[in-house]
Amino acid sequence: MKTVRETLTGLASLAILAFASPVQAQQPQVDAATVDRYVASLWAKVPDAWRQRNTQDETQKICSVTNNQPTDAQAKAITARELAAVKFPADGKVLGDWKKGQQVAQRGSGGQFSDQPDTYRGGNCYACHQLSRQELSYGTLGPSLLEYGKLKDFKPEEAKATFAKIYNAQSQLACSTMPRFGHTGFLTEEQIKDAVAYLFDKDSPVNR
Amino acid sequence: MKGLIAATAMVLTFAVGASAQNAQIDSEKEIERYRAMINDPMANPGYLAVDRGEQLWSLARGTKNASLETCDLGEGPGKLEGAYAKLPRYFADSDRVMDLEQRLLWCMDKVQGLDTKDVVARRFGAPGRESDMEGLVAFIANKSNGMKYEPQLNHPKEKEMLAAGEALFVRRAGQLDFSCSTCHAVPGSRIRLQGLPDFSKPTKDARETMGSWPTYRVSQSQTRTMQHRLWDCYRQMRHPVPEYASDGITALSVYMAKMAEGGEINVPSIKR
Ligand code: HEC
Ligand code: HEC
Repeated sequence: MKTVRETLTGLASLAILAFASPVQAQQPQVDAATVDRYVASLWAKVPDAWRQRNTQDETQKICSVTNNQPTDAQAKAITARELAAVKFPADGKVLGDWKKGQQVAQRGSGGQFSDQPDTYRGGNCYACHQLSRQELSYGTLGPSLLEYGKLKDFKPEEAKATFAKIYNAQSQLACSTMPRFGHTGFLTEEQIKDAVAYLFDKDSPVNR
Repeated sequence: MKGLIAATAMVLTFAVGASAQNAQIDSEKEIERYRAMINDPMANPGYLAVDRGEQLWSLARGTKNASLETCDLGEGPGKLEGAYAKLPRYFADSDRVMDLEQRLLWCMDKVQGLDTKDVVARRFGAPGRESDMEGLVAFIANKSNGMKYEPQLNHPKEKEMLAAGEALFVRRAGQLDFSCSTCHAVPGSRIRLQGLPDFSKPTKDARETMGSWPTYRVSQSQTRTMQHRLWDCYRQMRHPVPEYASDGITALSVYMAKMAEGGEINVPSIKR
């Protein structure tokens, strides 16, 4: 746990940290087969459904072995692949209900092995982002999204880009540490629309 | 003693329950203050686990009706002082790198002839279910107090463990694409209001963290080991239940011990 001083330092350097590259550690000197053996030991007894859900896709593999520092060519391939996989709403409307979006942003429940399958799944945006002035309990792994819609002049094309960002963060930044909420099916299309509204509605606490 | 423990637990629980930023900083201060006081074995509930572990260490059990007192934790049969500071490490008799829990399970089987199924079933204590492992680890780790982490990395299998542990640390998977490094590689960061220690390189965070496990967790009213902490982080990551005492957990522990090299051990500590 942090000392008080370290916590304060963390607060002060928030702006810098938010944009700093996430990891600098050296690359692991071990072959993939060996790592797989250790992974297999970790999940020796888990049900098949869990095993499948936790099998790496191509993007996760590259981001892992490069420690989130893909080469330019790898990065281009990732953003192209992930962008092609973004499913926009059929009617083209990306703005849902900001009040429900607040739930998506606040709640961090769901999807843990200790949860029921029908436990509400939240996006837990506040875990990593500042979003409104009222909510002081926010994390610093991502940049502040305070006044996000206002700063983008509430432009419809910006809202659409934000839908894509939340649906699949890596469609815009390869190996982003932000989860690909829609791509992996963690959040529904409706929840993502609600989250976009939370960021883009003029009445949302984000913009007030 | 019971009264003092209950009072301490209450203060910590209330302090932690608050959610505004100032309250959090206050509660961190409060916890620091309690941490200083809590090194007193009469007031730290973690020492109840130490006592339990001491009894279990000398208790004759299993088909061989033997105690664990001849178990070799790496420093020679029955030698406890400093053993924890050098774990995980390679053991020639099993030809494996083992952490303390794996080694204890091995000794229960080989030295005591004990069926470890029940011990593993009770690996994490809960109300009405005491954990032998949490007691034994608290007892043994406590015998390294004041000593520094000295990761053992001479044997090729120890080196492989370190490399595998580092690979696991940055390995992204699951529905939220999380790896350990998502949360533990950005210095000074927080998730909500909780400080996130940086283990991506040798850091003060890593030394202080590893030097303070096992710990008495006030929110759970149990003494917990690194096995439980990693179980909890994998849960938050939306990964499946990690296998207890598996080589994967040991690999991560080797990696963490390396990042914590030189960190002073003072356990059982007390945390939220
Ligand atoms: C695990 C941490 C994490 C979580 C949880 C998270 N994000 Fe992010 N987010 C990031 C990081 C890191 C970035 C910066 C890198 C990038 O742009 O991908 C980011 C960037 C963004 C951006 C782009 C900001 C810009 O620069 O224009 C938006 C919008 C965003 N997040 C929205 C959300 C929403 C909405 C949620 C909840 C549904 C969410 N995030 C959950 C980590 C997170
Ligand atoms: C989603 C974020 C997240 C991820 C991913 C994560 N952790 Fe954690 N971890 C936490 C939080 C939150 C804490 C509690 C910090 C506190 O108590 O202040 C924590 C605590 C810890 C601690 C104990 C810290 C202490 O001071 O006692 C260790 C060790 C640890 N994590 C290791 C890991 C490892 C290894 C992994 C990968 C298997 C991992 N974590 C993945 C969020 C995470």
